[in-house]
Amino acid sequence: MTSLLTFPKGGVHPSERKTATAGLAVETMPVPDELELILGQHIGAPCAPTVAVKDEVREGMVIGEVAKGLGVPLHAPVSGAVTALGQSAHPMRVSVPSLTIKTDHAAPTPQYQALAWEDLDRDQLRQKVHDAGIIGIGGAGFPAHVKLNPPPDNPVDTLILNGAECEPYLTADHRQMLEHSREIVEGARILLKILGINTCHIGIEANKPDAIAAMSAAVVAGAKPGENIAVRPLKVKYPQGSEKQLIQAITGRKVPAFALPSAVGAVVHNVSTTKAIYDAVALGKPLTEKIVTISGQGIKRPANLLVKVGTRVSDIVAYLGGTTPQLAKIVMGGPMMGFAVSTLDIPITKTTSSVLFLAEGEIDSTPHSPCIRCGWCLEACPLGLEPKEVGIYVEAGRPQDTGPFGVFECFECGCCAYVCPAKRPLVQFIRLGKMKAKR
Amino acid sequence: MKLWQVSVSPHVRSPESVAKIMWTVVACLLPPLVMSVFIFGIQTLIIAAVSVASCVLMEAISQKSLGRPVTIKDGSAVITGLLLAFVIPPGVPWLLPALGAVMAIYIGKHLLGGIGFNIFNPALLARAFLVATFPVAMTSAWLPPLADTAIFAYLGSAADAVSTATPLAVLKEQGMAAMVEQFGPLPNLYTNFLLGFRPGSIGETSGLLIILGGLFLIYRGYISWHIPVSLLGTIALLTWIFGGETLMSGDPLLAILSGGALLGAFFMATDYVTSPTGRTAQLIFGAGIGALTVLIRLKGGYPEGICYAILLMNPLSTVLDNWFKPKRFAPPLGGAK
Repeated sequence: MTSLLTFPKGGVHPSERKTATAGLAVETMPVPDELELILGQHIGAPCAPTVAVKDEVREGMVIGEVAKGLGVPLHAPVSGAVTALGQSAHPMRVSVPSLTIKTDHAAPTPQYQALAWEDLDRDQLRQKVHDAGIIGIGGAGFPAHVKLNPPPDNPVDTLILNGAECEPYLTADHRQMLEHSREIVEGARILLKILGINTCHIGIEANKPDAIAAMSAAVVAGAKPGENIAVRPLKVKYPQGSEKQLIQAITGRKVPAFALPSAVGAVVHNVSTTKAIYDAVALGKPLTEKIVTISGQGIKRPANLLVKVGTRVSDIVAYLGGTTPQLAKIVMGGPMMGFAVSTLDIPITKTTSSVLFLAEGEIDSTPHSPCIRCGWCLEACPLGLEPKEVGIYVEAGRPQDTGPFGVFECFECGCCAYVCPAKRPLVQFIRLGKMKAKR
Repeated sequence: MKLWQVSVSPHVRSPESVAKIMWTVVACLLPPLVMSVFIFGIQTLIIAAVSVASCVLMEAISQKSLGRPVTIKDGSAVITGLLLAFVIPPGVPWLLPALGAVMAIYIGKHLLGGIGFNIFNPALLARAFLVATFPVAMTSAWLPPLADTAIFAYLGSAADAVSTATPLAVLKEQGMAAMVEQFGPLPNLYTNFLLGFRPGSIGETSGLLIILGGLFLIYRGYISWHIPVSLLGTIALLTWIFGGETLMSGDPLLAILSGGALLGAFFMATDYVTSPTGRTAQLIFGAGIGALTVLIRLKGGYPEGICYAILLMNPLSTVLDNWFKPKRFAPPLGGAK
């Protein structure tokens, strides 16, 4: 293996804790009796429901649409009947509008046939990505078709597939790359055609040598002449999978503050999003299911589960044999950037990559103490911001003055709070700064 | 319905903690303390015990009286106690550090805001206070190193009879020839000074053990090399240029091995709270201390200047950090917003 690529400034090395699930093949969870679909799955305007209570829906049918603005349609993950239009708990937005479907287990499941996508033009392909409800399912939830339509003054020359999966515990992308490497490479070819370019890098952290091998083999087998697709092994360092850090590691280009990757000619898609784009374009299958890593010492049986979007965490817990008495905290997403949730009655969305059931020994609930100005947060920050100053100002009652320390550039990777020996909640301080300071 | 605990990410934390850092520093200070017993006698242990005990007690009293949580278990007051003992002469009355502890912990640390907010290094502030209030003991209670391991030799009033002068004082008042005459010819002198066998403050003389402790802290990532290297480098360079009879004839190695240069460089100037956090700022901070130390040593009224040099640079830490901001990943398009 040649030298590993990485970003030069900052970053941390949290304990990886991936062994519990890395070797477990993706397991399809039986469809639960009821699904709860949040209408705002993506960044942007939430969907308006196109069905009413008591309506019958068929699997794959559009049930929510965005009238205007940034957004993608929502599809029924199962056949059944709409039983409620109400509110659901949400890990970030507390309570959001949702739609409940009672599953008809007897209904036939649709079969998807391979389509000849190579005959379609760029706009038709991009429309298919939109129509299938594809958003960035690595976590950000940005509508995928928008990324595939970069502004004309920023020509894109490089596609990057993000297979870094740098968050501890997470193995969903890892399994995706092992079990669907052919589809991901095919998805990359679709993306290259839509973007009208021929260069694609697939970035994978070196702690997944089997995924690097599988993807490399799939590239050899799947890439057509003229397409320049290559697997790039990355150094294991968090946040290697952050868009700006990944672009810098692979291309050496730095995305300016507040700018999109297209400003440096790059487009980044997660490998699982790429697989979903393959499903959408090559099979005509909308995005209604998700591979989710279920891990932590608080769950009886860790697993990589393929679940329908809208599956409640409580149903997953029941399927996996329940929680253990050590369970202390439930986190949706990775432990560095994920959201702790107070209840199990919360549905999986298109962007849920994992649900972690963490025991007291896996988290650190030590109360925080004053900043001792060790400066470790400055060393850990991949963007060169000043978390310690933000914390000191916020605690002094001056969150409105934190702008100069970079709160608006911060993407909340959590490296600063991870290394802080005083256990200060620096991400929380920064969020407060973002709310109170003027841009 | 059971509600689970929530908090803002990240949900995992590194195993490091303030207490772990502090107790590691304490461990690094113990070898020079043990060595001091063999250099100056058992009373160094007694002075250190009084100093640590009164600093820890003072920390508890200060925090109680100011309505703050009592944090004596974090080891921070223990460090201050050890460092305070390290910077006073070995022949002082045993209870002197107890008075220093009031200055270091109550006034120097807690009245200025508590851990994280004090402007000056508490131990050095206490030393400056003791020099002003007990000038005779603090500037003359030096002891010559023990000839054998007679560690009980200086107990009681015996110490008063043998007080001597530190190498820097001899150098300052009588010149290099007198110092070589008193402390030995040059190669031996370097070895003795490196091992600690010279008059000086309790914990400042065993240069080798201080260097090893400092290197361990650098290896653990608890301090960075920037302040010690720029501080010692500046002392060496300026002493070489200005410290001799003529220009460029000073002895840089001797300058580093005498006085409190090494202890100050590795354990005082690197105190997180009272030093800058940025690397460039740290280099300038260290160089400033080095320059002020040499200035005081060569031109000032005291033979050694590192204590005041550090105290003078401490309040500039935040200023230096404001001047030398960390480099941002990439500026916004169209200039800063």
